[in-house]
Amino acid sequence: MPWTKIKSDVNEPNYYLESDENIRRLSYSEAIREAMDQALELDQRVFIMGQGVDDPGAMFGTTLNLHKKYGSQRVFDTPLAENALTGIATGAAIGGMRPVYFHNRPDFLFLAMDQLVNHASKWYYMFGGAVNVPIVLWACIGRGWGSAAQHSQALQGLFMHIPGLKLIMPSTCYDAKGLMLSAIADNNPVLIIEHRLNFRHKGFVPETPYRVPIGKGIIRKQGKDITFVAISHMVTEAYKAAEELSKEGIEAEVIDLRTLRPLDEEIILRSVSKTGRLLIADCGWKTGGITAEISALVAEKGFEFLKAPIRRVACQDVPTPSGYTLEEAFYVGSNDILNAAREILQIR
Amino acid sequence: MTMNLKKYPHKLLVKLYFDMLRINKVQLHIESLYHLDEMKTPIHLSIGQEAIAVGVCANLRQNDYISSSHRGHGHYLAKGGDLKRLIAELYCRETGCSKGRGGSMHLVDTSVGHMGSSSIVGGGIPIGTGLGLATQMKAEDRVSVIFFSDGAADEGALYESINFAILKKLPVIFVYENNQFAVCSHVSARQAGEIIFHKTPHDAMPSQAVNGNSVMDVYEATKQAVMRARQKSGPSFIECKTYRVRGHAGAGSDEKLGYRTAEEIREWEAKCPVRAFSEILLRDGVLNETEIQIMEETIDCEIDEAFRFAQRSPLPKPEDVTKYLFCD
Repeated sequence: MPWTKIKSDVNEPNYYLESDENIRRLSYSEAIREAMDQALELDQRVFIMGQGVDDPGAMFGTTLNLHKKYGSQRVFDTPLAENALTGIATGAAIGGMRPVYFHNRPDFLFLAMDQLVNHASKWYYMFGGAVNVPIVLWACIGRGWGSAAQHSQALQGLFMHIPGLKLIMPSTCYDAKGLMLSAIADNNPVLIIEHRLNFRHKGFVPETPYRVPIGKGIIRKQGKDITFVAISHMVTEAYKAAEELSKEGIEAEVIDLRTLRPLDEEIILRSVSKTGRLLIADCGWKTGGITAEISALVAEKGFEFLKAPIRRVACQDVPTPSGYTLEEAFYVGSNDILNAAREILQIR
Repeated sequence: MTMNLKKYPHKLLVKLYFDMLRINKVQLHIESLYHLDEMKTPIHLSIGQEAIAVGVCANLRQNDYISSSHRGHGHYLAKGGDLKRLIAELYCRETGCSKGRGGSMHLVDTSVGHMGSSSIVGGGIPIGTGLGLATQMKAEDRVSVIFFSDGAADEGALYESINFAILKKLPVIFVYENNQFAVCSHVSARQAGEIIFHKTPHDAMPSQAVNGNSVMDVYEATKQAVMRARQKSGPSFIECKTYRVRGHAGAGSDEKLGYRTAEEIREWEAKCPVRAFSEILLRDGVLNETEIQIMEETIDCEIDEAFRFAQRSPLPKPEDVTKYLFCD
């Protein structure tokens, strides 16, 4: 079934390297697996839990065979009891461990909202810094192939609302590994939301353990005419659109936020101060979502830079339909970004 | 009660009584000053439930964990939590156990294994279970006790946590403090008869129901459960049957609300665990009136001092409102 297994058959955009040859490439899933392997190796406090982390599918390959290497004490399957298990992970973290709790899809995080939002995210503040909760939760947005309304939700807007919870959405293999290692080393609850389509990528991943800083975005393409702010899979789409515009002599600056909370406000405002035009692209819903938050940020702190109204490219405010003709209508991509950018720039 | 106290060390019996009396007096004192509106935090008193916190915690070591709830003053004190910092927390002071960020429902004292209490009913259950998991993974010699009420026993988190504790044989003790009420709803309106966990196979999780107003009954039941946990044999379940004599929140009786009869409240007030135990101790000559008098005075002095400490402590500074959002 193409739904659970996704072939990594495309190289991600060549953001970093002048020469493409002789670099170490891993698939997205191998990159995460390498982070997990190294974290388990380097820190005895780290353990992995989640439904199916030790099965042949191994959470899209990200935990493949780690239970064989580190034992079923440190890599274990869990009951389908998302709320209590999130609380158990929280308790284990309070007791000095560093759990990484894998969820198949973000949709299932709704079952864990009490422990994640009411407990883990509040514990440090609510007790005046007496107790901290170093847990990592991981889930992968299941776009496509008829996933429908309960297996494809992109809930970052909702989680970005929660103080005390760090929120990461990588777009490259390099960051998937480096941000995972940072999340595990972080002393706070961190939620990593992945995107199924990122798992098609192969990209540059150094073998040595390294960390990518949480709370820092990165410019994927320099430009002076318009700013594209994007996350996760939408970075790839924004980059594609930017390359298209390049052919017409228009240079879009593409920002990959990587972290939504804490948000790198500076990288957004600095870019908008240069370009005067802003397009925000998200793989989630529009209303009350991250495109709304970033628009508000720029309206509040960067209004004087704007030469044109802000445009948002996000999914329509309906549950995800299953049939592929409707899926096509629901999801947004590089063409939508391109069209919106042209409108902002007033070109046809 | 016809229990033979001779087999217990004198020191233990005195401690059990002293700790119950202290928790009782602290709460009465809080209640008596609550109307002044200086303690700007919702209080949930456990008057009449002192025997459970004390009978359980007397079996625990300083590094053992407890998990508690919004009705947690007794658990905090019984585990050895600092009284001054408790009162300062009620007065919203920077010197409070949660530095004025938690209030009455969110107490913590990590130096005695109290890792924070939740005011989401049942919310502390998974966390206490997770503390048991950490203990097992680190091969530490600790037990994790979870105090929860009949309201929490309605929640799915209890079932989920007990299943996991049995599955992994965690050193966890589930202390079901059945005080019969969730706000004004009686347990009989919410649960179909006895709690299902009394039917758990004994090998998986021994369970028993005890008189929660008898400190010795609670002590004995917990002793077995702690032994089982320290031997790494898995979790235990103890139901302590008791009664919430005060209203759900705030000070004083709520009998005017009419959801229960005044006679029922009187009946349970007469079963006050502190008074019941003092009568046994006096009868058996473990303590005499003078010794009890001295205890009372000692506790009164400590309480006065704690309230003075709280009232004179600084309030958190407004500019620190974002402090403690994230841990570096």
